[in-house]
Amino acid sequence: MQDVFTIANKSFKSRLIVGTGKYKNFEQTANAVKASGAEIVTVAVRRVNISDKNQPLLMDYLDPKSFTYLPNTAGCYTSEEALRTLRLAREIGGWKLVKLEVLGDKKTLYPNMIETIKSAEILVKEDFKVMVYCTDDPILSKKLEDVGVCAIMPLAAPIGSGIGIQNRTNIILIKEQSAVPVIVDAGVGTASDATIAMELGCDGVLVNTAIAEAQNPVLMAESMKHAVIAGRKAYKAERMKKRKYGNPSSPQQHLI
Amino acid sequence: MQMNNLNVAKIQLNGNPYEISAETNLNQLLDRLKIKKNKVAIEVNGKIVEKNKYPKVFLNKDDKVEIVHFIGGG
Repeated sequence: MQDVFTIANKSFKSRLIVGTGKYKNFEQTANAVKASGAEIVTVAVRRVNISDKNQPLLMDYLDPKSFTYLPNTAGCYTSEEALRTLRLAREIGGWKLVKLEVLGDKKTLYPNMIETIKSAEILVKEDFKVMVYCTDDPILSKKLEDVGVCAIMPLAAPIGSGIGIQNRTNIILIKEQSAVPVIVDAGVGTASDATIAMELGCDGVLVNTAIAEAQNPVLMAESMKHAVIAGRKAYKAERMKKRKYGNPSSPQQHLI
Repeated sequence: MQMNNLNVAKIQLNGNPYEISAETNLNQLLDRLKIKKNKVAIEVNGKIVEKNKYPKVFLNKDDKVEIVHFIGGG
């Protein structure tokens, strides 16, 4: 049976979402995205460079018809900034599926959940399909779901930290209580971190820095693809029970 | 040679001063900048302008114009 990943009524085969920031150039970005097998890519909204009009554009390397662009609000610290950014993103080409992220602190890049919830509420009313970057707090995650977001994206650890899932219990609690997809966002450092997120039952993983800052980003992108598939299959397969002591794998009868 | 001041309007474009000829609409501004309409969004004085209204929105002196697009981001 096919294991489809659905967000806001749209189906995807890949459960890996990748960011497009921090790469050496757009060629590397495109190669890494393709190697990752991701169908959804996050993008940022910024001013067009007026003085250098010959600069290459992301859209020339990653066709928005082939990849689902997920505009984000990275760098926004208030609800007003985030709303302005996503309304502009929608105007670029009708993007309704968006990633909301309102930060609270420049050092930790932790989300400001008060501003995040406030923004999510307004965006949902404006008919956006909102995927939300949030803390790994079950109560606040529930609040976001109640407000009507289409995916909950708790952090594994601070953005760009690469230290993996810091609170597995909370991620499990959030997944258990949520009717919408739960996607671990931020803090994944290497393939095993992505696998763990999937083994915990998460619906997907979002990775950017772990791929872009690897010595070989394209190879790491491919590794993340397999890591997410492996973790998902392990979760579906339902792992064995843990034992305190050893248990032989070969029959104990008829020993010579 | 300096252009006749009556025909020139100074606006703020993406945070920098920019000179346009008077009576420029948003379609003309994009043409002049060689920017494709379907890749950007435009805000004039803090208000987003829908693409189908570009021909009808003429820029005036001191208008604050923001043209944004998608770049790589996480």
